[in-house]
Amino acid sequence: MRLVHLFLVFTLLSVLAVGGGTAVLPEMQHMTVDTFHWLTDAQFRSIYSIGQVAPGPNMLMVLLIGYHLAGWSGMTVVGLAFFLPDCLLTLFVNRWWVHLGSWPWRVSIQRGLAPVAIGLMLSGTYAIAKLSIIDPLTVLIGLVVFAILLWRHVNPGILVLIGGTVYMVLM
Amino acid sequence: MSFGGGAVAYLREYIVRQEGWLDDEGFLGAMEISETLPGLNAVNMAIIVGDNLRGIMGAAVSVLGMLLPGSIVVMVLGILWQSNHQNLNVKQFLLGIAAAAVGLLTTVTLQIGRRQFRQLPDVAIVFVTFVAVSIFKVPLPFILLTIGPVAVWFYRPSIAKERAADEHLPFHRGARHHLFRH
Repeated sequence: MRLVHLFLVFTLLSVLAVGGGTAVLPEMQHMTVDTFHWLTDAQFRSIYSIGQVAPGPNMLMVLLIGYHLAGWSGMTVVGLAFFLPDCLLTLFVNRWWVHLGSWPWRVSIQRGLAPVAIGLMLSGTYAIAKLSIIDPLTVLIGLVVFAILLWRHVNPGILVLIGGTVYMVLM
Repeated sequence: MSFGGGAVAYLREYIVRQEGWLDDEGFLGAMEISETLPGLNAVNMAIIVGDNLRGIMGAAVSVLGMLLPGSIVVMVLGILWQSNHQNLNVKQFLLGIAAAAVGLLTTVTLQIGRRQFRQLPDVAIVFVTFVAVSIFKVPLPFILLTIGPVAVWFYRPSIAKERAADEHLPFHRGARHHLFRH
């Protein structure tokens, strides 16, 4: 039964992920923590952080949610549920996009959904901030990373690892 | 090897510059589809590039290439975490990472949305979406079925020419921020 729930929840999240992974984080947190009580806020935060340090999309964290709840079969079910629907949809649309070229609503959809996606990404950022910005040092780490990235291109993965190390050493 | 996200910058570097699989125009076209559809941009891009070059098998291989290395690392780290999650150092390390990620996410969001943050109607849509999700906890399906269609209607074809000039696109073919230049 848990596998069925995992499958349904992550399929839904997959289809709703307009704006990408960050955009769907608040809903993912709401579902896994508040609705189904699969994880605590702290566990959700830790799993998110592990996704941050691994190469590739951070949303691979969903595999760990599946594994945490139902072992290797949980990982497999969540991985397929979260990634497969979007892959199939993109494949389908890619082949029809040429035909949509002259459809005037195509532009309207792109223009209209862009600010909605940005709003959702802001909400995802806010959700992680509420979980992790809890004392002066975390405020400082967040601000310093923000300032450095505005200033110049630094591999964000390195900054994130430094942030973790700084907090571990100083606290 | 896109640590910490931001895979798109690397994609452009390899797909356009090094391998020459797509020209800039083709890359931006693929970005348009990737961003409008649900799902991770990098994964959607992998599907499109793979499909355009080698059909369905190409798409499958390129998605696996995008996800497999990271999946292995996530699982190894995750299993290590499960057996050490009570360890204070591990907890603090992961908390510091999440705090740093907030700085990263803020930069990426401002960067992707830099066109939107300059247009008053778009700022309003961004604001309403954010407040609805973060303050009023409106479920995401409801957001996409209400604010989504209203925003699309605002840019409806009959008036799209004046409102929906090209520069509203998140990834416009203009100057790019260093985050996306690599």
